[in-house]
Amino acid sequence: MTAVTTQTMRVRPETATKPAERVATRASKKHLGLKVGVIAGLTLGAVFAGLPVVWMLSTSLKANGEVFEIPPRLITESFSFDAYAKILGDPLQMRFFLNSYIVALSVTALTLFVAILAAFAFSRFSFRGKEAVNVVIVSVQAVPPITLVIPYFGLMVGLGLYNTYPGLILTHMVFTLPYAIIMLTAYFNTLPRELDESVKVDGGSGWTALWRVLVPISVPGLIAVGVYTFMISWNEYLFALTLTRTDDMRTVPIGIQLLMGQHSYEWNQMMAMSILGSIPVLVLFLLFQRRFIGGLTAGAVKS
Amino acid sequence: MGQPDLRTRDSSVGAPAADAAPPLLPGRGRRPVSKRLAPFGYLSPTLILILVLMVIPILMVISYSFQDNVIVERNPVFSGLANYANVLSDPDFLVAIKNTLIFITVSTAAHLVLGLTFAILLNTDVVGGVTKAVFRIIYILPWLFTIAVVAVIWRLMLDPYGVVNYILTSVHAVQKGVDWFGDPSTALWAVTFVNIWSGYPFFMISLLAGLQGISTDMYEAASVDGANAVQKFFGITIPQLRPVLISMAVLDLIWTSQQFALIWMTTGGGPLNATEMLSTYTYKQAFSSYEFATASASAVIVLLITLILAVFYVRQQRVR
Repeated sequence: MTAVTTQTMRVRPETATKPAERVATRASKKHLGLKVGVIAGLTLGAVFAGLPVVWMLSTSLKANGEVFEIPPRLITESFSFDAYAKILGDPLQMRFFLNSYIVALSVTALTLFVAILAAFAFSRFSFRGKEAVNVVIVSVQAVPPITLVIPYFGLMVGLGLYNTYPGLILTHMVFTLPYAIIMLTAYFNTLPRELDESVKVDGGSGWTALWRVLVPISVPGLIAVGVYTFMISWNEYLFALTLTRTDDMRTVPIGIQLLMGQHSYEWNQMMAMSILGSIPVLVLFLLFQRRFIGGLTAGAVKS
Repeated sequence: MGQPDLRTRDSSVGAPAADAAPPLLPGRGRRPVSKRLAPFGYLSPTLILILVLMVIPILMVISYSFQDNVIVERNPVFSGLANYANVLSDPDFLVAIKNTLIFITVSTAAHLVLGLTFAILLNTDVVGGVTKAVFRIIYILPWLFTIAVVAVIWRLMLDPYGVVNYILTSVHAVQKGVDWFGDPSTALWAVTFVNIWSGYPFFMISLLAGLQGISTDMYEAASVDGANAVQKFFGITIPQLRPVLISMAVLDLIWTSQQFALIWMTTGGGPLNATEMLSTYTYKQAFSSYEFATASASAVIVLLITLILAVFYVRQQRVR
């Protein structure tokens, strides 16, 4: 009816001359139907999303012989944590976890350090070639890992980094760094320049301004970037598969695959391992959900 | 910590000119140089990493693709376009292209539809805040599991004697348990389905943010004008989300075309090439057949396809 409406909408204005009561009853009836529909939809969606996860949990608590029993049951008489005990008591599986923690934590720390420096340059300096460097960093994200894995194999063998932590850490950083730089630059851009200028006025360098002023107040942004970085590295599969060779260098995703390739399928142990392997990411996500989703959507919409 | 110490560290990060600047000479000419170089100092770790682990490897793989006997043997010889001819005339590669196309288009379309549906359901104020928060976490769950875990979950679920087949046989949708990953006629759809399951939450999160960004005034104004829900959806929601929808769709096409772990851990590209993708084909050429030259040609083709999609993506972003 108003000018705003016709401007912003292409919906044809319908008759606005309905009796008020009729509109009201229709609305409440419609509201009830809508409510039922939405709740039904939400429940159906939750089953789709959640059933496999529930089933994974249930299977991890069964005896292996009962995994495919008919009819399937969520909880059986043999309910126990034996499968978890087996995984946790196996030094090889624990080695996979140790490797994943070492790699993912190193990748997170190094990515944050390098990205903080780069984001500072992007946010606080104007320099020749800035746009070009920016384009390179954005496009690096799109390069297919499968294209890189072939030269990496040759490169890592040549550099003596094949089957080592540094080899994995460096290759993971290629995929964590661009996103981290883009997100942190956006974060630094929201912080007023006067903050670091004041440090410079006091005789401090840009370096001091960065680490003494910008970084401490950027902790929320750093957490979001850090969580995302950890997730990418913890979940990485292709490089972990091709750039390591011995069991003592394998990470959790490869460990799960190795379990799958073993003798007869121990489904309960595979599920227990999968759950244990997912806990770090699940915990990080639940702890930092808000910050994380905020940062993620900002990044996705922006970049 | 003292200032001088920090200053030395500053210069050691990158700008050697700053280090060389003698304190005796008063600024002119010197300071601007160090100032101009400072951003490159901060950028140097990033630039070195990108050079060593991105630029050089891409050049390496391109040069491998024009040679023979690379990596495993020590006497590479120039072979022109022979590797490309090999790859492009390999029926397995053509099947891989076809499968990849089906896989990425169906996955992306389903991600959009499911992501938008769930986002809209979560955005209604029919259920309370806490209920909504719980549903939101459940909906995000699939995305929080690493692909290796997703693969084993669905191998369990889709086993011939698994839960999915049990449900389908009980409602007589199928006669007896189907080996979804093992049957050439269903395998591609099975991996696509699993990819849809694991990937839609990312769309949902972004679209939910997009939905919350649409002003309620527009919907209210539309209601006053008597617009129904469908008209509001196509008249307001879709046009408002259009930029996010398009950029996410292109990003998803790129990401999905790079999917390797899921296929490798569920079907390995089989049975009978039914789920062979560009990624699994390239991997097999390199690490199963040790045909690194052929693999490189295939890898470069994958890179080119990605490049085309990426250019399209950047264009879209510009138009915005």
